[in-house]
This record gives sequence, structure tokens and C-alpha cells, in this order.
Amino acid sequence: MKANIYVTLKPGVLDPQGKAIQHSAEMLGFESIDEIRQGKFFEVFFKGGLSLDDARLLAEKLGSEILANPVIENYRVDIVE
Amino acid sequence: MKFGVIVFPGSNCDHDAYHVVSKHVGQPVDFIWHRETNLNGFDAVIIPGGFSYGDYLRPGALARFSPVMKAVKEFAANGGFVFGICNGFQILCESGLLPGALLRNSGQNFICRYVNIRVENSQTPYTSEIEPEKPLSIPIAHADGNYFCDDATYHQLEENGQIIFRYCDEAGETTPESNPNGARGNIAGICNLDGNVLGMMPHPERACEELLGSTDGLGIFRSLANAIARR
Repeated sequence: MKANIYVTLKPGVLDPQGKAIQHSAEMLGFESIDEIRQGKFFEVFFKGGLSLDDARLLAEKLGSEILANPVIENYRVDIVE
Repeated sequence: MKFGVIVFPGSNCDHDAYHVVSKHVGQPVDFIWHRETNLNGFDAVIIPGGFSYGDYLRPGALARFSPVMKAVKEFAANGGFVFGICNGFQILCESGLLPGALLRNSGQNFICRYVNIRVENSQTPYTSEIEPEKPLSIPIAHADGNYFCDDATYHQLEENGQIIFRYCDEAGETTPESNPNGARGNIAGICNLDGNVLGMMPHPERACEELLGSTDGLGIFRSLANAIARR
């Protein structure tokens, strides 16, 4: 079992990296892109024997206490069996 | 009186801070390895600049979990002086000892040059010996110095006099052009509510000798030493 944890900047927080990527995409000819926001993706692999609920609890704790800074970032957890 | 300089894996301004305290402030100072759990005997600890843990995840995010940070929190809660410079400021924000966060510079670049900063509050242990009329010329060297906080936090900082330094031009005006990194309200440094914890992005320890181009950083260290002496 693993958790996919996505960390994204909160709406309104400046993302110069996303903006730079967007400019490059536009240079390449991608004309229909309104905005690109850069985030982070973590794959967390659990040891065996963990229940689905425990895995979710653990992943939420990991997201809120380490992976995301709540001042500037949101996170989302997907548990994958 | 005793100063400490905390050393994380990846700190690189630790010796500069040590040098300034020992040579230009003339006070005893020790390095403190990040695995230390006891800060007894220290009056002030400096969290120096650098790239603790390689800036992995976010600048300061992993240093926050070093054993010494639990001791730093207790030290600060008991009124000890905690002075974070550059990466040290980032660590203090990540640790929750100071509000807000430091984002990537608005222009994306790592910026290393002298900037002017204005003292916004002279009634702090870190600024009491500085003449507030004249801007300080102190270098910055960072990629993630864009101070961010929400509206409520910003207003609290302003109301409580917690904004200590703002980027400004040579005349002391806080203009958009004099803001190197997009920081909210041109903020270059803030303190906590009690005034004993300060974080700033510019490097005063690099501006303490004529040979290096400026001695404007000295006032901050000397103010701190005087504040300790007065206790």
C-alpha cells in the first residue's frame, strides 16, 4: 500500500517557477494554457500490515507536519492499494 | 555573556558570525552542533546563513527537526535571544518561532548584492544602538527571501512594531524598485511579539569591516550585546 501526496501552493501565493514554465510552454506554441502552477508529488510506501484508515491517518500527519508548510501550501492525500 | 552559533549540516555563514562576535563585539562565543539538546549558559544563539540540509523540501524545513531546535524553542520561550540570519530566518519561520514564510524570489534569481534597509523599530534589543535616520547598507545572498504572510498576520506585525527592517532606496524610501525579492511590504526582517527572536534576510555579519565594503551590520550585534549586558 502507498500514499500519493500532492503539495500545491495556495491560491494567490506567487509561483515564479510555474510562471517561467508557462512562458516556456507558450514559446513552444502551447497557446491555450491559462496558467501553470508548480507543486510537489510524494510517493510514500508503507510497510505491510497497515490498515487503510491507519495509512490515511499517517499520510495526513506526514502532509501537515512535514511535507507542506500550512502558511503557503495545501496538500492532498490519495491512498493506493 | 556568552553567544552561541548553531551549526547545521550545510550552514556556511557560521564562521562569519563567530568571527564578528569574537573580534568585533569582543564577546565569548561557541559553535553549537545541531545535535546538541542543551543551551544552558548561553545568552544569545545565532542561527546562521547557508543551506541547511541542502534546502531539501523547502529552505529550513528539515533543520526544524534537528534536536537543537527543541532546545531553541525552550530557550526563546524563556526569553533567550535567538537571531536568525538568511537561512536562519527561514528556519525560524518553518519552526513557527516567527510568523509567515519565505518564498522563492519573485524574479527567480539567486541575488547576491548590497541592498539598503531601513530600521522600522529602534526600541528592540537588536536595534537600540542604531541611528534610525540613515539606511543600512548590508548584502543579501538568497534565492528564497520573498517574505509572505496573510493579511491578518501582516496587520498584527505592523500594529505590534514587529517589522524591524524594510528594503528601501538610498534616501530611505521603501519603493517597489528597492524591493529585491518581492517581499510583502518590503519586509527584510521581523521579530516575535516579545522582541527576543529576530529573523532577517540580509547578512549583517558580512558588513562589519571596512575592507568588506560596509560596517553597517555592526550596530545590530552591538545592540544585542548591550541588551544582554543590561539584563
